Amino acid sequence: MDPISKLGSSFIAPLVQQAGFGMWLSGRTLALIPHCLKRRRSLLDQMYLTGFKSAHVVAFVAFFIGMIVALQIGLKLAQYGQQDSIGMLVAISMAREMGPFVTAVVLAASVSSAMAAELGTMKVQDELTALEVLSIDSVSYLVLPRVIALTLMAPILTAVADVVGILGGGVIAVTQLQVDFPAYLLSVDEVLRDPGLFGLPQDLYAGLIKSAVFGFTIAIVGCGSGMLAEKGASGVAQTTREAVRTSIILIILFNYFLSWALVA
Amino acid sequence: MIELRDVRKAFGRQQVLDGLDLTVEAGSSYAVMGPSGSGKSVLLKHVIGLLKPDSGRVLVAGHSVPELHREELRDLRRDMGYLFQHGALINWLSVFDNIALPLRETTAMGEEEVRGRVEKVLGQVQLSGTDDKYPSEISGGMQKRVGLARALVTEPSVILYDEPEAGLDPGMSQAISELMRQIQTELEMTSLVVTHSDRCARIVADRLGIFEKGRFLVEGTPAEVLDSDHPRVREFLGPKRS
Repeated sequence: MDPISKLGSSFIAPLVQQAGFGMWLSGRTLALIPHCLKRRRSLLDQMYLTGFKSAHVVAFVAFFIGMIVALQIGLKLAQYGQQDSIGMLVAISMAREMGPFVTAVVLAASVSSAMAAELGTMKVQDELTALEVLSIDSVSYLVLPRVIALTLMAPILTAVADVVGILGGGVIAVTQLQVDFPAYLLSVDEVLRDPGLFGLPQDLYAGLIKSAVFGFTIAIVGCGSGMLAEKGASGVAQTTREAVRTSIILIILFNYFLSWALVA
Repeated sequence: MIELRDVRKAFGRQQVLDGLDLTVEAGSSYAVMGPSGSGKSVLLKHVIGLLKPDSGRVLVAGHSVPELHREELRDLRRDMGYLFQHGALINWLSVFDNIALPLRETTAMGEEEVRGRVEKVLGQVQLSGTDDKYPSEISGGMQKRVGLARALVTEPSVILYDEPEAGLDPGMSQAISELMRQIQTELEMTSLVVTHSDRCARIVADRLGIFEKGRFLVEGTPAEVLDSDHPRVREFLGPKRS
C-alpha cells in the first residue's frame, strides 16, 4: 500500500467515519427529545451521576482558577492603582470564558471518559447487540438520557463554577490586593447590571449557552466513541482516551465560534 | 421455519459463508457444530438480521430477512429469541429488570402483567427467587439461564443459541442443554443452536450439521452425524466413543 493510501485508510477514513457517526448520533438524539419523559428515571439518574457527582471537582478547580485570574490581573491593575476593578474583571472572565471552559474540561475528563468506557464495555460484551436483537433502540435507551442530562447539568455546574470562581477571586482581592470584600462585590455587580436575554446578564447567559453546547458535545462524543469501540479491553481503553481528546478539541473549537457569535 | 439458500458472505478476502443451504423445520431443533472461526456465529447473525448476505436468500417464517425495513425487522425480531454466548445481560439492571426489559420497552404491557410473565419464565429456567440479584452477583451458569429467560419472555416462536455451553462446567452445560430441550419441546419453538459440544448437540437437536469452510460438510440426525465415519468429521470430533 502506498503512503497516501495508508494515510487515508488508517487516519482519514476512521476520522470521517467517527465524524459522520457523531453527526448522525446528534441528529437522532435531537429527534428523540420528545421521548425524554419516558426516560425520566434514567434521566434523573444521569443528572445525579454526571452533575451532582462532578460538582465538588468543578467547584474546587473553579475556586483556584478564580484566585489565579484575580492574582494575574490584580497585580497588574495594582501597578496602576486600579485594583478596585478586579471584581468586574474576574466576574467577566469567569462568566464568559473560564467558568464554561473549566467546567467542560472537568466534564470531558470525568464524564465523557466514563460514558465511553461504559458504552464501550457494553459494546464489546455484546450488550448493545443484545439491545438491537431485543428491538430496543440503543440511542433512545442509552444515549438520550445521558446527552440530555449533561446538556442540562453543564450550565448548572457552570453557574456553580462562576460563583465559586468569583469567591476565589474575592479571597485574593482581600488578602493580596487590599480591596474590601463589599467593594469587590460591588465591582462584580457592575457586570450583573448589563441585562441580556431572559433577564440574565449578557456575560452570564453567553457562558451558560456555551456550556449547554459543551455538555451536549461531551456526551455525544463519549457515547459515540463507546458505541464504536472495538477489540476487547484495549479497544475500550483506546476509545476512552479518544473520547477525552476529541471532547477537549471540540470544546476549544466550539468555544471560539460561540464566543465569536455570542459575545463579539 | 428458517431457510437459507445459497448464502454467501465474505469479509474482505475471507469467504465465511460459501453457498450455504440450511432448512430448520418449524417446531424442530437444529444444531450446528464446526471448528472455531468457521462462520457459525456469522450464520446466526444472518438469521437475526444483524448481517446481510452478499448473495443468497435468508428466510424466517416466510420473511426475507435482508430485505426487511427497519420496522419490519424489529417486528420479526420480537418473535425471535437470542441467547448470547456470555448472556449479554445489562450489568446495572437486576435479574428481574433484565428479563422485563423487552416487555417494558417493546410492548404496552402493564407492570402487573410484566411481573407475571417474568416470574413464569424465571420458573421455567429454575431461577425463582433471584429477581433482585445483579448479573455480577450470580454465576456464569445462572447468567446463561437469565439470558435464556430474557430470550423466552416475549414468547418467541424462533430461538437462536450462540454456544450456550461456553464457559460452563460439564454438569452445568448438561443442565442447560436439558433445559433448552425441555423448553423447546414444551413451547414447540424452532431452535437453531451453534455449539462446540457433541453432548449438547445430542441432547437438544433433532438434526445436526457439521460446518466447515462456509457450508455444511455433513447433515443428519445427531446419532448419524456424530457416529459418521466421514474422515473430516472424525478429524473434528475425534475418535468414536465406544
